[in-house]
Order: sequence, then structure tokens, then C-alpha cells
Amino acid sequence: MQLNDEEKAMLAGDFGPAVKWAMEHQLQVGRMFDAKDMVAVSQAHMMADPESLGEAGVAFTEKLAENDTRVRIPMITDPRGVDLECYEPIGQTEIMAELERRFIAACKKMGITMTNTCINYQTIMPPVFGDHVAFGDTGVVIYSNSVCGARSNFEGGPSALAAGLTGRTPRYGLHLDKNRRSTKRYQVAEEPQDLMDWGVLGATIGRMAGSYWEVPLIEGLEKTPSSDQLKHFGAAMASYGSVPLFHIVGVTPECQKLDDMDFIDLEITSVDVEATSDLKKPFTAAGEIVDVVVFAAPQLSIIEMAELAALCSGRHRSDATDVIVCTSAQVYGDAVAMGYVDKIEAFGGRILVGTCFYQQYAREIGEANGWKRLLSNSAKIVNILGGYGYQPALSSMEACIASAEKGRIV
Amino acid sequence: MKKELKCHVGIGPEVKGVALVADDNFSARYDLDRINGVFSRPQHKLYGKSYKDVILVLNTAKGGVATAWMLYEMASRKIAPKAILFNNANTILAQGAALAKMAMVDRFEDGDVTKLIKTADHLIVCPDEGKVVIC
Repeated sequence: MQLNDEEKAMLAGDFGPAVKWAMEHQLQVGRMFDAKDMVAVSQAHMMADPESLGEAGVAFTEKLAENDTRVRIPMITDPRGVDLECYEPIGQTEIMAELERRFIAACKKMGITMTNTCINYQTIMPPVFGDHVAFGDTGVVIYSNSVCGARSNFEGGPSALAAGLTGRTPRYGLHLDKNRRSTKRYQVAEEPQDLMDWGVLGATIGRMAGSYWEVPLIEGLEKTPSSDQLKHFGAAMASYGSVPLFHIVGVTPECQKLDDMDFIDLEITSVDVEATSDLKKPFTAAGEIVDVVVFAAPQLSIIEMAELAALCSGRHRSDATDVIVCTSAQVYGDAVAMGYVDKIEAFGGRILVGTCFYQQYAREIGEANGWKRLLSNSAKIVNILGGYGYQPALSSMEACIASAEKGRIV
Repeated sequence: MKKELKCHVGIGPEVKGVALVADDNFSARYDLDRINGVFSRPQHKLYGKSYKDVILVLNTAKGGVATAWMLYEMASRKIAPKAILFNNANTILAQGAALAKMAMVDRFEDGDVTKLIKTADHLIVCPDEGKVVIC
């Protein structure tokens, strides 16, 4: 890879051992994906929960933070794994909390802003069209690439941290025009209605596309979707297919009209009701007892919190069913002010701030609370949690609340 | 008789080991019980199998960025695969391999690597040279 003088100095260790590590890491990854040089990035966003990090990852980050290491660009964080205001009640341990505290301290020492959110594109500073960024969390990346027109690869925690330390990332993948063109066309047969439907549609297309290197072009949608709808759509697509970018004709900025895309030879695949039903089928469990209802993945926006509060109003969950809601600190303040938090808590819901359910030792908290049958309106989270010992099921937000009230899936 | 498979230049050291193959995808978060070192997702084709010290041969990556940290954490406890071979890696897997110093290669010239290699084959993985030898 071609490096400029500053990058060569970073590699030589002139900026300290942390920056030297970062540049070496980036060169290894860049070589695997044939990057020719580096590209400056305006922001970094790091996924790093203590379950993923473990003792090794936390110690690694603490080591990097020595010697007055500082990030060179604005750098923020994905949801944490432990809500330090509420971890014992959900079955998390002091060991987990201590790992979290140590990691937060190391991040702060390096100048990282602990936003703890996977909806930074709704609440912090959305990237702008053409903006090169280094974002983690697949939902953040696919939204930023597709809806904002920014340019980011999936940057795992170590690589996002490396980008924060060097202020650049190897120029490969989605930083290049050639990898942003559609590779597959999908014709949607049925307009999604609620957030779950949008997640299911995204999941179905993600499963069909099936690779990081595919870019779906989606046609047939008649209404302009909301930010929350595209949030669930993209997060599920990325989850099922590792897809980092999609285009929707007339909606997303890189495909305002079909002529914008060079897709002449691409075959059109129909995304029909059978395909979406097939995706939902393993997550159908009507009539069964539900242990926990989860609203998360992605964290809820203020609009979702309002909808949830309205559904909860004047009702109460069954004693047999716990309700967990994950949102960001940025949203939580507004939700308190608007009375949404009171309504959700009066229903018996527990709101966790700055975390996301699947990132917070999902196996351990499931075992501690006896949670097996889980219900959510997030197509992403039901895809993830099967491997953590749960029996996940999928319903609309409205049906989730009705199920929590009855203690059985309606 | 030895057979050499050419692939793209990868990441990590040269390693020898025994293959565990499936025409399936991979995420450390979605698919593994990392404490016990086994595939834990019931729908995965390697469900119940140990991944410790084997060379995994799989199709591609699933969503989720956590694998980047998780490979490092798994390697630190020495409950990790020796290498992972993909038809197509994604960026997360490559980044995780770089941090964990784990061998990883992809893009095989002769076709689908999950068909070219069989479970229990003895392999030598050479990421710097972009080749895998079936011994």
C-alpha cells in the first residue's frame, strides 16, 4: 500500500506504540482486500461490549490507552454490555460490571465519547453524502451507507479503534465507487406495514443476497419509508446477509432513478409473500408461554418509545413475562420528559439505557432469569439469539405488548 | 497425494491442522458457545461440533461486528480454531484475524472451498503465499 509521509511516520512509531499498532493492523487488513492507499475518515464508531472483549480485549484496550494515547477524530461508541445503573436486577455480575468500568475508563482516557448507541445516525451526528467514516455495528454501517450516502466498511471494534487512532482507514470495499453499484435486483411484491414487516423484508433480501460483496437494488416500494422503518430494514438485512449497502429506487441518494444504476444485465428476483412467510416461519409460536418480551436491536428511537408507551398505557404485563426495552441515553432523557418512561414502567417494563439486549451477556442473563421463549418485533434480534440458547419468536410491537399482558404469544 | 489450492493472499501465520468443513456461514456471536468451544446454534451445520484447534472451512460471514473482538478473546483462552478458510470473508472476519493473529484466507481459484476440502483433510495454510495444501 502507498503511504504518505505522515502514515509512514505512524508506522515507524513516531506517534507512539498505539498508533504504530493501529497502522500495522490497518495494513494487514488493507492487503487482504487489495487497498492501494489510505483514506481520511471524519468519524469512528466502535462496537465493543465486555462479552465480546473479554478480559483479553479490555486489557488490550487499557494497554493502548497508556502513554497519553488520544484518538485523532471524533470517535463514539456502540451500546455497552452493562447498564451500570441496572445490572444486578437482570442477573449480571460484578465481574461483568467491572470489565465494563475498566473499558469505559480506557476509552475516556483516549478521548472517546461514550455515546453508547447504535442509532447515532438518528441522534448524534449523521454522516453526510460522500463522507468517509469508520463505523462499527452493521446496522449503523448499512444505514449510513444506504440512507445517508456515506462510505464505510463494517469496521469491527479493533479496526474502528485503529481508525480513531490514525484518522484514516484502508481504501477498499465500500470506499470505492466500483463496490457501491447494485449487483442484484429485487422486486418487492407486498408493501411492509409495521416495523416488524420492514425487518422481515430486509432479512429476506439479506438472506437472498447472502454476502458482504452484494449490493441489493430494491424496487416496488410505493411509499417513502420512515427512518425507523429503514433502520429495522437495514439492520435485519445486514444481520442475515452481512450486507453493508442497499439502494431503493427513488428513496436512497445513490439511486434516485433507475438510470442511476448500471444494472442492465441483472436478473430481477421477486420478493413475494411466500419468501417473507418462509423467513418468519421458524419464529412463529402462537399460544406458547412467553418468558421475556424484548424491544431492542436497534435501540428504540423517541418515536418508537412514544408508540410503545401508548400501547402500554393502562395495562400491565403478566407476572410470568418480563419486558425489556433498550434505548440510548440521548432518547431516554426525552422519553422521561414526555412521560413515556413512566407509562412503560407502569406496565412493568424495564428500560435499559445505553445497552442492547443481545450485547449484554444474553446467555448468562437468560439463564439467570429463566428466559427461554423470547418475543420481539426485531427481525435482527431473533436471528441472533438462537445461538444463545433462546427460542426466539417474532411479532409486531402491538402483538408483543398483548402477549406480555397475557403471558402467552397471541 | 498433495494437492495445492490457490487463493487470495490472507492474514496470519502459516499453520497446519485438520479441516472441519460445512457449506454454511459464520459468526462468532450468532453461532458459537465460546466458553465450551462448540457450535451452539441449532440450525448451523456444525451444531455441537468443537472448533478448538481445527481449520474451519466455511462459505462466508454473517452479519455482526462482534466477531472481530471475539476471535481475539477466543485465541487468548486457546479455545479457538487454528485458521478459517472462506469462499468470501467479510471485513470483520479479516479484522478479527489480524488482531487475533489467526490464519485466514479466501477467494479460491478452483471454486467452492467447502467442496474442494473435506472434513478430516490435513491442511497446511499459507496466508502470505495465498495457498492451501491438502496433504
